[in-house]
Amino acid sequence: MIHSLFMINSAGDIFMEKHWKSVISRSVCDYFFEEQQKANSPEDVNPVISTPHHYLIHIYRENIYFVAVCTTEVPPLFVIEFLHRVVDTFTDYFGDGGESAIKDNYVIVYELLEEMLDNGFPLATESNILKELIKPPNILRTVVNTVTGSSNLADTLPTGQLSNVPWRRAGVKYTNNEAYFDVIEEIDAIIDKQGSTVFADIQGVIDCCVKLSGMPDLTLSFMNPRILDDVSFHPCVRFKRWEAERVLSFVPPDGNFRLISYHVGSQNMVAIPVYVKPNISFREGGGRFDVTVGPKQTMGKMVESVVITCAMPKVVLNMNLTPTQGTYTFDPVAKVLTWDVGKINPQKLPNLRGNISLQSGSPPPESNPAISVQFKIQQMAVSGLKVNRLDMYGEVSKSSPKKSFTFEKYKPFKGVKYLTKAGNFQVRT
Amino acid sequence: MTDSKYFTTTKKGEIFELKNELNSDKKEKKKEAVKKVIASMTVGKDVSALFPDVVNCMQTDNLELKKLVYLYLMNYAKSQPDMAIMAVNTFVKDCEDTNPLIRALAVRTMGCIRVDKITEYLCEPLRKCLKDEDPYVRKTAAVCVAKLHDINAQLVEDQGFLDQLRELLSDSNPMVVANAVAALSEISDTSPSPAAQMEMNQQTINKLLAALNECTEWGQIFILDALSNYVPKDDREAQSICERVTPRLAHSNAGVVLSAVKVLMKGMEYVGMESEFVTTLQKKLAPPLVTLLSSEPEVQYVALRNINLIVQKRPDILKHEMKVFFVKYNDPIYVKLEKLDIMIRLATQENIAQVLAELKEYATEVDVDFVRKSVRAIGRCAIKVEQAAERCVSTLLDLIQTKVNYVVQEAIVVIKDIFRKYPNKYESIISTLCENLESLDEPDARASMIWIVGEYAERIDNADELLESFLEGFHDESTQLQLLTAIVKLFLKKPTETQELVQQVLSLATQDSDNPDLRDRGYIYWRLLSTDPAAAKEVVLAEKPLISSETDRLEPTLLDELICYIASLASVYHKPPSAFVEGQALVVRKTQLPVRSASGEPGATGATESPVPQQAQPVQQQQSVIPSHDTAMGDLLGDLLSMDLNPPQQQMSMTPAPQQDMGGMDLLGGGLDSLLGGPSPVAGMPASQASMGGGLGDILGLGISSTTYVPPKQVWLPAPKAKGLEVSGTFSIRQNVRYMDLTLKNNAMAPMGDFAIQFNKNSFGLSPASALQVPSPLSPGQTADVTLPLGTNGPVQKMDPLMNLQVAMKNNIDVFYFSCLIPIHLLFTEDGQMDRKVFLATWKDIPDSNEVQKEIANPNQLDPKGISDKLQQSFIFTIAQRNVDGRDMLYQSLKLTNGIWVLAELKIQPRSPTMTLSLKTRALDVIPQVQQAYELIIANM
Repeated sequence: MIHSLFMINSAGDIFMEKHWKSVISRSVCDYFFEEQQKANSPEDVNPVISTPHHYLIHIYRENIYFVAVCTTEVPPLFVIEFLHRVVDTFTDYFGDGGESAIKDNYVIVYELLEEMLDNGFPLATESNILKELIKPPNILRTVVNTVTGSSNLADTLPTGQLSNVPWRRAGVKYTNNEAYFDVIEEIDAIIDKQGSTVFADIQGVIDCCVKLSGMPDLTLSFMNPRILDDVSFHPCVRFKRWEAERVLSFVPPDGNFRLISYHVGSQNMVAIPVYVKPNISFREGGGRFDVTVGPKQTMGKMVESVVITCAMPKVVLNMNLTPTQGTYTFDPVAKVLTWDVGKINPQKLPNLRGNISLQSGSPPPESNPAISVQFKIQQMAVSGLKVNRLDMYGEVSKSSPKKSFTFEKYKPFKGVKYLTKAGNFQVRT
Repeated sequence: MTDSKYFTTTKKGEIFELKNELNSDKKEKKKEAVKKVIASMTVGKDVSALFPDVVNCMQTDNLELKKLVYLYLMNYAKSQPDMAIMAVNTFVKDCEDTNPLIRALAVRTMGCIRVDKITEYLCEPLRKCLKDEDPYVRKTAAVCVAKLHDINAQLVEDQGFLDQLRELLSDSNPMVVANAVAALSEISDTSPSPAAQMEMNQQTINKLLAALNECTEWGQIFILDALSNYVPKDDREAQSICERVTPRLAHSNAGVVLSAVKVLMKGMEYVGMESEFVTTLQKKLAPPLVTLLSSEPEVQYVALRNINLIVQKRPDILKHEMKVFFVKYNDPIYVKLEKLDIMIRLATQENIAQVLAELKEYATEVDVDFVRKSVRAIGRCAIKVEQAAERCVSTLLDLIQTKVNYVVQEAIVVIKDIFRKYPNKYESIISTLCENLESLDEPDARASMIWIVGEYAERIDNADELLESFLEGFHDESTQLQLLTAIVKLFLKKPTETQELVQQVLSLATQDSDNPDLRDRGYIYWRLLSTDPAAAKEVVLAEKPLISSETDRLEPTLLDELICYIASLASVYHKPPSAFVEGQALVVRKTQLPVRSASGEPGATGATESPVPQQAQPVQQQQSVIPSHDTAMGDLLGDLLSMDLNPPQQQMSMTPAPQQDMGGMDLLGGGLDSLLGGPSPVAGMPASQASMGGGLGDILGLGISSTTYVPPKQVWLPAPKAKGLEVSGTFSIRQNVRYMDLTLKNNAMAPMGDFAIQFNKNSFGLSPASALQVPSPLSPGQTADVTLPLGTNGPVQKMDPLMNLQVAMKNNIDVFYFSCLIPIHLLFTEDGQMDRKVFLATWKDIPDSNEVQKEIANPNQLDPKGISDKLQQSFIFTIAQRNVDGRDMLYQSLKLTNGIWVLAELKIQPRSPTMTLSLKTRALDVIPQVQQAYELIIANM
């Protein structure tokens, strides 16, 4: 299981370490540094490294390497998923999981890590439960604590840890009961030079914000559930009912959570909402750059927040371009061109053109750079997925029928939003 | 307000101030102080001095303070075990607390304190907690058993905790079950004892399956892993397990998904091959695997490594999903390379056009490693999908036109493979290849090009000029073998113009080279050409076997084993855990896929057969197919005689069977004889049957027991000189006793008896320590092996040569005299390990004039570790090891029985057949002998 955790920043400092069993010397990280040196960029370090006595499994997030040390054969995905969960928890607690946030909250970080893992076995990783055990920091509470002498730590048993619904705490009460569902779809695509689709698929999620009193039992049904190729559910979803009736039946966690993520595969035709017409050419000492973007299959919706980025070859010295709309920047160190286009007006297509200058004496690059595109389309799910209805039943708690969270009648506000955006959307030029 | 405030220091010592605060009366101040202590601890400051003060804060009702103190205790108890005892009472009391949270916390913390004394007190509370009414306490206690096992395995077994843990497998709470499973599997992973193993029967399986649906995601991973170790008793049970595990594929935790995949992949093996169940299950596996590829890159990597195994085992599952493996330009390199590998495995006639278009795209990317691999991939496609070969070749030609150096070189390497797969088809492109000769600077590419030129010498007009130009760089070792073979081929094809060239290369290979492979091959060619050119033609230009299509498939048995380890580290390394996990009880894991009995379905495959080949691999039925290796080197070995296929070290090892080994023995024997100088008149005479047998026996013995090196027996006294008695012998050390091992053979007509032996005075005072025990009488034709223990306290007289030993042997017939040489390592003592500092001082102390350097051979090119281990067995001790400029330096010492110290410095150049030995000692006389000893010991490893 997980033996130790080291956090290493971009400067190569180990700024935090935690051991769940015996202490392992920091020098074990030398093997990691060795791998890191071989990599061309920070992201390229192989996530699973074996050393003579330990296995180092790490993730790279927020410019920090979270390096877990294991001494026995463990499922690496368990470690990776756990590490991501740790960072998610930090983000949840401190607003971001970066180095300064961790340093500012050392003691809480330490308490959290202690609570999340016992002897290398995960203990409590649901943010609901953790928040009952260790309260997140905020200024108001700090003031209150100093005045009243109460602490950040709860001294009651977290109820959720033992119940059949570990993700939800008991006795939730709201004056405004509301449940919002965001259907967010991302298009991953590779488009070739000619504009035809090499590969495209859709990753979708439904993120929820549910603030309902008591123990509500919800049922969400779709108009067209069959289009979903592969689904992964939050543990609260009853799988049997999905198998049988294709409806999502669940007792939701309290607050924000991801209900389902799904995948609409490459077997289905994916509507590509934008096109990019690139025309990039290099010659001795310079080159031409001319890119136009336009809407394609948008079902009449506006394409917004369009951003075009292009990692230019290393020999590019500078770019002198004129956009018909939006602004562009060229980072001469990272050689990244970013064009913030904004909305696309179908009548007047945005275009960016101009000259490229190369380092003198160096030969023109062999290949053209790939372009990556960001965009958003509101009120559309590109897969065509549609929520049909949401039903709510207040559930009578079996364990203590007389308590406050018995059957409650209230009418919640309900809402569904759709959003389509670009995931990893690349155009080859 | 942040925790950074805890790090501000004041002028007065920090520790002093903290101590004051910890002893303060105010609760709030105390807590702040403990927090400061913890903060210092997390950044690695030593605050252990505060131990008693912090422990004093432990008796409190405030849970937060208690937790902080516990954190501190866990960290420092090890360094202050006596102090930690003070905390024991509080722990025991807390284990009885009414609040289950406190009970759990106490037992959890106690398990983390790795101090023996505390561990003793832990047993009772733990036993109670394992039966606690509160499931939260039980699940914490389950993990605590694993902790305790890590500290003291014997204690856990003696106290019966393992049985209690097994009982928890049927607990009513799924979380408790999950933790018990996790604890048990960790214990069985680290403990070899059978008591620690998790027994699985139908009941436990059912309990686990029931708990699976309700426990946390992590618990699900542990349970799934445990399930995968279970062997279902029949088809139906396997099927029902699979059915109940399938819903886990829809979990959002990638770890759960992959562990479920493992259970299913294994389960499918137990269900009939052709069954419809398997077909539907296979369909269900594809979408979750594809979804894993849209997660974080780290998850993708692990998933891809596993998918690589899955597509080899069951290519059907992902055969329609080629596109998800297309590479995005911002994928991390480790993801890109894995995707590429899988793309080739999935390539078929139907999708090859797409794949090639992609690969061509990748070949223009920036990352050199990735580009190379892409080019190689194009070649592999050509070999795998015959219909596409032509397209691949033209793609490769396009890439060669780009003139990008590394692309060209990589392309040439793969084109060579294509030639080997489809002979006489694409040779028209050779001229294009030849245009790029100058740009080749990598050994692989050069070797490939040389091979092509040699193989198709008759079609290349200026083949001799080309090869001649390569010959100028003959000293470059990596292409020597290729060049030799290629020129010989050329000569056989165009004998008239190339005689000079072939002579040149043969003399280079046989005279100027230290590489035994090259020299041997050179001699073989030379003799072949000079004795029977026709035979040479048959051998050198023989029809070559085609290379196989799937060049880097895992071996089916390995693949089957790895399928059992899907989702584990083994699946990432593609090696079975036994190959990399240290000191673990892996034997007990049930890793075998089922071997199906032939009953019912004769087509069913078992553990050793790979599944029925798919249409994708049409070439598999060819028996003679040999796998092509990545390096051109390996490929070309097949060119030669079958002998070359044996790795060279096999010829070095002294197995008694083949003839050439006997030859080797002769040489060795002869060499040793000549060391004797004059005294033995039989030097050079073929060794007699008896001594030969003895020598072989000794050498075999040497291989088994790892004692000091024992030279083979030599004939010390030939029969004609001793009225029919033949004495052969050697020296050895066993259990620190020196022996003279003798073989006496009666070649006379009458029985012999009354044997006795005596030594003359000698340089090291060697003398018989007991009388010679020979079974008497020794009848005619009989042989007797006797050992004579030796002492080193006899009379001393310096001999010339130094190691000479004169022996008198008596029997009922006469007294005979002979002399032999004592191998000096017989006199090395087991206390020859010098202290490091003494070594340094002594080394400096001995004048430089007393240092003698010599190149000695390292024929097996052993690494420093091997050398040092071997030498140590002969009591040459390594004091220190350093690495200077890539060369390993071993510093060694040895001591002779008469107290002479010899210090040595051994410089080992990696992959070099020689090394440099510098010896320093006050008694220069022994140096030549010690040098010999080194050579002998090292040569006979």
